[in-house]
Amino acid sequence: MRHAGRVTAASGSDPADPGELAAALEASGYLPDEGLATAAYLALRMHRPLFLEGDAGVGKTSLALALADVFHAELVRLQCYEGIDAAQALYDWDFPRQVLHLRAAEAASDGRLDQAELERSLYDRRYLVARPILRAIEHAPSVLLVDEIDRADDEFEAFLLEVLADNAVTIPELGTIRADVPPLVVLTSNRTREVHDALKRRCLYHWVPHPGFEREVAILRRRLPDITERLARDVAAATKRLRDADLLKPPGVAESIDWAQALHLLGARSLDPDRAAATLGAVLKYQEDAVRARNTVLAELLG
Amino acid sequence: MTDRQRDVAEIVLGFARTLRHAGVPASPDRVQAMVAALGHLDVLDPAQVFWAGRLTLCADPADLDRYDAAFAAYFGGQLPRSVPRAAALQQILVASLDPQSPDGADGTDDGEEGRPYAVQASRQEVLRRRDVAELTQAEREELARLFALLAPRVAQRTTRRYVAASRGVVDLERTVRRMLAQGGEPSRLARRDRRTKPRRLVLLIDVSGSMAPYADALLRFAHAAMRVAPYNTEVFTLGTRLTRVTRELRRRDPDRALAGAGRAIPDWSGGTRLGDGLQAFLDRWGQRGVARGAVVVVCSDGWERGDPALLGEQLGRLARLSHTVVWVNPHMGKDGFIPATGGMRAALPHISRLVAGHSFAALSQLADVIAHA
Repeated sequence: MRHAGRVTAASGSDPADPGELAAALEASGYLPDEGLATAAYLALRMHRPLFLEGDAGVGKTSLALALADVFHAELVRLQCYEGIDAAQALYDWDFPRQVLHLRAAEAASDGRLDQAELERSLYDRRYLVARPILRAIEHAPSVLLVDEIDRADDEFEAFLLEVLADNAVTIPELGTIRADVPPLVVLTSNRTREVHDALKRRCLYHWVPHPGFEREVAILRRRLPDITERLARDVAAATKRLRDADLLKPPGVAESIDWAQALHLLGARSLDPDRAAATLGAVLKYQEDAVRARNTVLAELLG
Repeated sequence: MTDRQRDVAEIVLGFARTLRHAGVPASPDRVQAMVAALGHLDVLDPAQVFWAGRLTLCADPADLDRYDAAFAAYFGGQLPRSVPRAAALQQILVASLDPQSPDGADGTDDGEEGRPYAVQASRQEVLRRRDVAELTQAEREELARLFALLAPRVAQRTTRRYVAASRGVVDLERTVRRMLAQGGEPSRLARRDRRTKPRRLVLLIDVSGSMAPYADALLRFAHAAMRVAPYNTEVFTLGTRLTRVTRELRRRDPDRALAGAGRAIPDWSGGTRLGDGLQAFLDRWGQRGVARGAVVVVCSDGWERGDPALLGEQLGRLARLSHTVVWVNPHMGKDGFIPATGGMRAALPHISRLVAGHSFAALSQLADVIAHA
């Protein structure tokens, strides 16, 4: 059941505190730490976008997926890239269909066309293609994931800021479309570029750290129920060591899950040197890192 | 406002003051956000208060450990201590003592205006600030005029976006739109072509002792480049550690920009650890995107106090990430120059162009190299 005008948890009521939200997220398969749960809770209650930064693969995007799951909301994803503009983020007119409509109207009218009527029918909601932001505003309740905002240009940020401030989109031909329920907005950044302060100021800022050992074991066990406890602990311990080993690309949770799965598929019940070496490609993505890891971390870890 | 609310607001304001001293720019609207956040949480639970502040007052990973320390100090009555950061952020370079200048004490003058820098380096590091305000007005204007002439325009690259063009592939959408405007009559075909954009320019300027005579001119050059493309240029200085001076150099007035940069650079005229600095740059900025496809200009004489092998390794990484690596060595302008310093020898296999940068003419040549990179 959903309340009108409010994003509501699957249990039928709003989470009363961060702990309750954390429990709901856990039930849907995402294990947040205290900070992340508080951040998501505040984003919900304060109607502020949540700005997540952190190394690649720490679960920034998955949080948005889990939140959508918890609130039975539609997840709308806007992947940013260089040169993204309003037509790709907001809305666009479906020109070919408009032309078809025009031709059909012409053929049916025997030359007696009402100009005003024709124009009205041409700029109808039917011919509007909703891109992610408009979609998120129309389909309340929704979770809008603006992924990798740092890849978009500065101008796009300013534009995004405007939309987020009003929770509304104005289309000159149609008027303003306003969200009944403001979407829960999650922005992620990998820090390839510094995002403007103006945007950050409107958001709750959270740096997502790598999970601690116990949490990572829990995540592995949750995501891969078939693997043995021993393998989960071994992989989590090895991944933790790799993260401290001054590598070009320290592995995130996504990589440790891949690694554990690869080992499991090879029939491993614990981490042994041969299989670890054979599956290293699942967790380290640079040749230099693999060489360094083989010489140091794996060597001492596995004796 | 109830008493409790007022108490909370007062405590938060006091905390924000502590935080600003610690170097986190907790602006009033952020403080307001923290009070609002506390309204949704349990103010008697220290963990919830901690997160309410951390989520609203911080804006940068660099703020986080300052926040943690300030929180512990303010609410826990502990002395602030620096908390080790996450591995990816741990880039504090500890310098070795510079044997030529043992006067490490006189440089650590704090209390200057601007954003406080929570410097965590060891005492041995030669901390010197740069004084650029010694020129007469006429000299300054002359310099500014000359450097404005240099303004390097960076070579273009094609992007995956299209723009309307007179030649190129047929632009279906625009053609249809044009038809629409004419009541559906087919007309002239619209065409489109790939849009071009200037490449990003990254300047890494060595400000160690051996580069002291040239660093000022090179920073002015960087400022001129910044004026051309403020959001497409990044400037870092290398010495015993890495400092990002992009923000300082964005100021329009060159003297104020340079003064700002001078304050931001803590290791002016110190030793050189190019390899470490380069690694810090690549880990924190370069690999994440700043160096990708960029024209990277390294200005240094290659006097490396660290391990030249590390420098070679890191330059290899840089070369693979970037479009072009240009090395500016001011000593190249001298007769009989051979790139013989350890750092230079390690660098040579990875750089595309080696140019001089010792004079105004040499800098204008550098601008030319950048434009055609």
